[in-house]
Amino acid sequence: MAKVVVLGSGFAGQTAALNLRKSLGKDHEVVVVTPNKKFGYVPSWVWVGVGRMDVSETQFELAPVYKRMGIGYVNGLARAVHPDDNYVMVDLLEGGEEKVEYDYLINATGPKLNYAATEGLGPDHGHTVSICTPNHAAEAGEEYLKMVERMERGEEVKMLIGTGHGMATCQGAAFEYIHNIAFDLEERGLLDRAKITWLSNEQALGDFGVGGMVIGKGGYTVSGKIFAEASFMEKGFGWITGAHVTKVEEGKAHYITIDSAEDQVEEFDFAMLIPAFAGVPIKYINKDGNDITGELCAPNGMLKVDADYTSAAKGFDNWKKEDWPETYQNQTYGNIYAAGISFAPPHPISKPAAAPDGTPIVASPPRTGMAAGIIGHVVALSVADIINGKADKPVHTASMANFGAACVASMGKSMTKGSAAVIAMFPVVPDYERFEYGRDMDATFGDQGLAGHWLKALLHHLFIYKMKGKFGWWLIPD
Amino acid sequence: MKVKYTPYTQLAEAWMQPGPFAKFTRTCVLWQIVKFAAYNLKIIKVVAKGH
Ligand SMILES: Cc1cc2nc3c(=O)[nH]c(=O)nc-3n(C[C@H](O)[C@H](O)[C@H](O)COP(=O)(O)OP(=O)(O)OC[C@H]3O[C@@H](n4cnc5c(N)ncnc54)[C@H](O)[C@@H]3O)c2cc1C
Repeated sequence: MAKVVVLGSGFAGQTAALNLRKSLGKDHEVVVVTPNKKFGYVPSWVWVGVGRMDVSETQFELAPVYKRMGIGYVNGLARAVHPDDNYVMVDLLEGGEEKVEYDYLINATGPKLNYAATEGLGPDHGHTVSICTPNHAAEAGEEYLKMVERMERGEEVKMLIGTGHGMATCQGAAFEYIHNIAFDLEERGLLDRAKITWLSNEQALGDFGVGGMVIGKGGYTVSGKIFAEASFMEKGFGWITGAHVTKVEEGKAHYITIDSAEDQVEEFDFAMLIPAFAGVPIKYINKDGNDITGELCAPNGMLKVDADYTSAAKGFDNWKKEDWPETYQNQTYGNIYAAGISFAPPHPISKPAAAPDGTPIVASPPRTGMAAGIIGHVVALSVADIINGKADKPVHTASMANFGAACVASMGKSMTKGSAAVIAMFPVVPDYERFEYGRDMDATFGDQGLAGHWLKALLHHLFIYKMKGKFGWWLIPD
Repeated sequence: MKVKYTPYTQLAEAWMQPGPFAKFTRTCVLWQIVKFAAYNLKIIKVVAKGH
């Protein structure tokens, strides 16, 4: 009998746990350790942040799902992993701690939202709102509606949306948010009372941390930057790119850019800036009681897996698809895996840049919900095969240089007037040796319209259904 | 909201204003049903390539 412990219940953790349960007999144990009582469907928090969806519509209780599926549930935060002795120390939410033993461990703990990396950033100790947790998204929605009230009274309001650090990722969520704000304000007849500005670390609009993309349109092959800029132009947004936010004060964001290390300031009444991501602060302790976190994790705390971490130093022009991990197995402890955002990427996908003072500015590689699901799935299949005696090493692979991504970016929530950009690319990491434009143009496209919103709305229900492990859940792709 | 074209500005450099027909197609239900089907097929293709 084997015991698999999954840390985290996001897209990666939940997908891994459901697939493990499906692939393993009842004599094997699957246990999820998570601080959450509810699963949260993250993509719809954009709508919560503009007051167009109640946060409860994005959540469901985990306990009944785990009970029905026969998955163990430890409601707490993993604090320390003891990889030589195969156990995790967990701080329980109800108080106290629990020692959770494992034969296989899947770390799917997602990101630590590193607000502390930028002084004054974030909703708890800073001056900006966030849509990265359900509570923060609900608070953002309330703050946003206060801005609406001010505009209704005839005031002009300055809004600043984007990323709050030179190494941030998740520009797609900020892109969705800025467009949802514009859509909502336009519907209320208030868009001309808002001065909306985009501030991001991308070298150019449409980079999204994947080095941008080229799509086929009307017989032409066109840079995605043109469409991203056009979508901003249509709503009258201003944009500042290649920026690292150095400090946020009440109503003021200080930043430097790739072109200038001079302190520049953008004023705001309302700001949502995505923080840098780091690994969650789990310690790895060896049998001698020594902290080996620095050996097992990248400097940002994300767990190292089967990527080539020596490749970063070789520089952008020498990066190859082989740098990217395939099995997500830790190379020191073969029974530990990382899935979703928690694995350390070998290097960015976008071309790194820096401010004149040397501050690095590059959109970090995104690991979207789809990528998190795919990785959670292959890790689960590999572990199940090893437990079932079908393999003695992980055989299921999914490299970001070999799988694609489909992203439906909401640009307004309404079943009759809404819109979304439907973007698909294959592969996520461009491969210029194989494809002229880095990606297979047959499976790479972008478009915008009402059907995109229908798709986004459908995905909301489909994935909540899947994550509940309801009848036929495995038929829904990751 | 109507964005004003002002030459030599950031907005002017990114100018790609949809005309009435382009705007109509974005929310035309019949056309969008066709698009919805097309998007699903394209996404299935992307998913299939990765497996
Ligand atoms: C507003 C927003 C909109 C987005 N929209 C999209 C979209 O439209 N499409 C898309 O593909 N992606 C989207 N993304 C990205 C997507 O949400 C992430 O890629 C995805 O959530 C990553 O999944 P994950 O499981 O790796 O991490 P998470 O979803 O962050 O899950 C991590 C889990 O680990 C738990 N955890 C944390 N610390 C510990 C610990 N110490 N011990 C145990 N458990 C722990 C957390 O509580 C959580 O349950 C969006 C992101 C945001 C913020």
